[in-house]
Amino acid sequence: MTVAEIATILDANIITGHDRTDHLIEIAFASDLMSDVLTLKNDNVLLITGLANLQTLRTAEMSDIHCIVFARNKKVTPEMQELAEENDIIVMECRYSVFRTCGILYQAGISPIF
Amino acid sequence: MHFEYQIEGGNFTRAGFASSEIKKMLKQLNVDLAIIKRTVVATYEAEVNVVAHAYSGTIYVDVDEKKIIIKLVDEGPGIPDIEQAMKEGYSTASSRVREMGFGAGMGLPNMKKNADDLKISSEVGKGTTVEIRMRFSS
Ligand SMILES: Nc1ncnc2c1ncn2[C@@H]1O[C@H](COP(=O)(O)OP(=O)(O)OP(=O)(O)O)[C@@H](O)[C@H]1O
Ligand SMILES: [Mg+2]
Repeated sequence: MTVAEIATILDANIITGHDRTDHLIEIAFASDLMSDVLTLKNDNVLLITGLANLQTLRTAEMSDIHCIVFARNKKVTPEMQELAEENDIIVMECRYSVFRTCGILYQAGISPIF
Repeated sequence: MHFEYQIEGGNFTRAGFASSEIKKMLKQLNVDLAIIKRTVVATYEAEVNVVAHAYSGTIYVDVDEKKIIIKLVDEGPGIPDIEQAMKEGYSTASSRVREMGFGAGMGLPNMKKNADDLKISSEVGKGTTVEIRMRFSS
């Protein structure tokens, strides 16, 4: 699925990466625990999280994660946006809960890691 | 080449800055992407540990075309039992650290998995030294 399609089914706001909405996503992982995200071996994972701070973006940067959905109305601060742009990370804000976000994406065919 | 970075204990805004610089440098050196990821994940875990558990620290980086050695030296409480600290799930992280998304007790075991070679030494009441070594040819 493309980022544009994901944004549509999640009714999400794309905050950064408007120029890369054709980016393809096949697998996703949901966690608020950054030390858990850092154990993933896969590249190009979509991260769904309710943890919105600078370390979420740093974790994505180190883990080669290029796309993040912040669930449950968590807001992306200007500092987070800057870090996302610097590292070419696509960031979306979504009002659905982590559970609902995952359910929609799973149903749409996005694969889990484990 | 030799680089040094300072780490401020408790400063979660800056945590990851050094790891980010190291990542950019390794990309410029055209190091294999899988090796870069293992290097920066281990370094970032170590950097966050200094921010989360120590008072201040310095990262010393030595890199050539074959390898990189990253040494993190901190002033802090030290680790009384390194073997115990290496166990998955062991953590003394504060609630503030947990709110930042850390404190699962997975950092040290993950560093061990990612680094080609990991050395940890610590003196209680003084500080901890972590050395990560990576070879660029697989
Ligand atoms: N630099 C350090 N100074 C003092 N204590 C440390 C240091 N690094 C690790 N420790 C101790 O070892 C424990 C385990 O570290 P580890 O990185 O595995 O987990 P964590 O930092 O608590 O959580 P996580 O890494 O999953 O976010 C820490 O909780 C802390 O007690
Ligand atoms: Mg840790």
